[in-house]
Formats: sequence, C-alpha cells, structure tokens
Amino acid sequence: MTKALVSVPKTAKRGDIIDIRAMIAHPMETGYRMGPNGNEIPRHIITRFVCTYDGEAVFSAEFFPAVSANPFVSFSLIASTSGTVGFEWTDDQGQSETASAEIVVT
Amino acid sequence: MPEPTTRDPSGSPALGRRAVLAGGVGLLVLALPVRALARPSLQQAVAGFTGGAPVTAGRVKLTLPPLVENGNAVGVTIDVESPMTAQSHVRRIGLFNEKNPQADIAVFRLGLRSGRARVATRIRLATSQTVIAVAELSDGTYWSSEASVIVTLAACIEDLT
Repeated sequence: MTKALVSVPKTAKRGDIIDIRAMIAHPMETGYRMGPNGNEIPRHIITRFVCTYDGEAVFSAEFFPAVSANPFVSFSLIASTSGTVGFEWTDDQGQSETASAEIVVT
Repeated sequence: MPEPTTRDPSGSPALGRRAVLAGGVGLLVLALPVRALARPSLQQAVAGFTGGAPVTAGRVKLTLPPLVENGNAVGVTIDVESPMTAQSHVRRIGLFNEKNPQADIAVFRLGLRSGRARVATRIRLATSQTVIAVAELSDGTYWSSEASVIVTLAACIEDLT
C-alpha cells in the first residue's frame, strides 16, 4: 500500500547519525467534532508508532488526538549495520500499517 | 418636521443580531466549564508523565512558530541537550498543551541508538496557549521547555467538506 511515506538514507557511513522521517495518510479524527447531522464523529486515531532497525525497536511514539491528520514524525538513528528499517503504525481500531526501507552501511 | 430619532428603522435588526450574539456567547460560556472539567490541567498532565517527580526548566529546546495561522498543523521540534551515551541519554519526551480538549499531545521513546535527541512532528492547537515539552533522562531527572503560541485559525472547528 502507498499510505505510508518514509524517508531513510540509502547509504550511510558506520556511526553516522541519520535522519528518519515517516508520515502516514490517516484522518486522526479527534472525536471532538460534530458531523453535518449534529452527531459526534467517533474518534479514530493512530495511537502507536514503532520504528525498528535490524529487528530491534529503536524509537516509538504514542499519539493523542492533538497530533495532526496524516501524522508526521522525524527523528534520528545511528547507522550501525546494513539492514531494514521498519515502521509500524497502529490505530485505535486495531488496524496496523507497515512500511520499510533498506539501508546500506559502509 | 419629524423629530430626530436616535435610531433609524435599520437599527432594530442590529439589536436582534446583538441579542443572538449574546445568546451564543452565553451558550459558549455554559459549555466551556464542562470541557474544562473533563481535562486535567497542564500541571496535572505533566505530573502524570513524571509520576510527581520535580521538573526543572532547561536542557530542552521546544521550537514552535510564535504565530500560527492554521492550528490544524503546527510544526514542532524538540531538541534535548544530551550526549546520548549509555551513561546519559534521553528516555522519553512528552508533549503537553494547556487548552486543547485533551492535555496530552504525544509521548516519544528514544534509546541509545537514536544518536541525537531531536524529534519533530505536527500537532493541532485549538486556541492560543502554552505548549510544554518534558524530557526524562536516563538518570531519572525531568527537564522541560515551554512555548506560547498565538493561533489565528483554531483546530477542531473547521467545516466538514
């Protein structure tokens, strides 16, 4: 699926600090808004984001309704080994979305 | 010659508008305390994050635009002064607001493999208010930074299309 957009450098020197950016298409409905018929629109948000590198969870985040629609997060990692950087988002309905990128460390 | 009047006929609709406005404001005032009771204060939210440990201002840099045109997407960057070594690193960063319907914004967990304690995201702000970032270091101390933001178009009230 193309719902998620991640940015990981393709190559890096060992020990370098690399910038990671991740974004996913999601309404992040707060549950505080009224629909056209006056009923509250039920909450539907991504609550959890995890980034794994080489199989180990290296960064994670908990989101609340105050995070914008299409949540974006940027952080950094130390390039240690060539491998996969994985991303997973889970919403409050239990659905999850994953993305991954390969990095070559020299 | 007609008596000069202080109000012409077009004045009465204006009065009607005022009455309606006043009524609207009254309703808002009635509705506000309900929302206010429903959420913890900024201090309570921070205390919930730290477990009651003292929070010192400093070592954290919270960057937010001082004037925000659209409260639906406000770019936030949090930098924490930390060498990110096994002896001293940042464990968690919490972001809280003063006046949204809910005090929490996000909590980030970092580790030794982060390299640098910098996180950026985009948040919603319902009105002009204070935003605070609290960092938990590996030695168990908490450091914070706050920023005041003026929001001209609030989140949560946009029209549905």
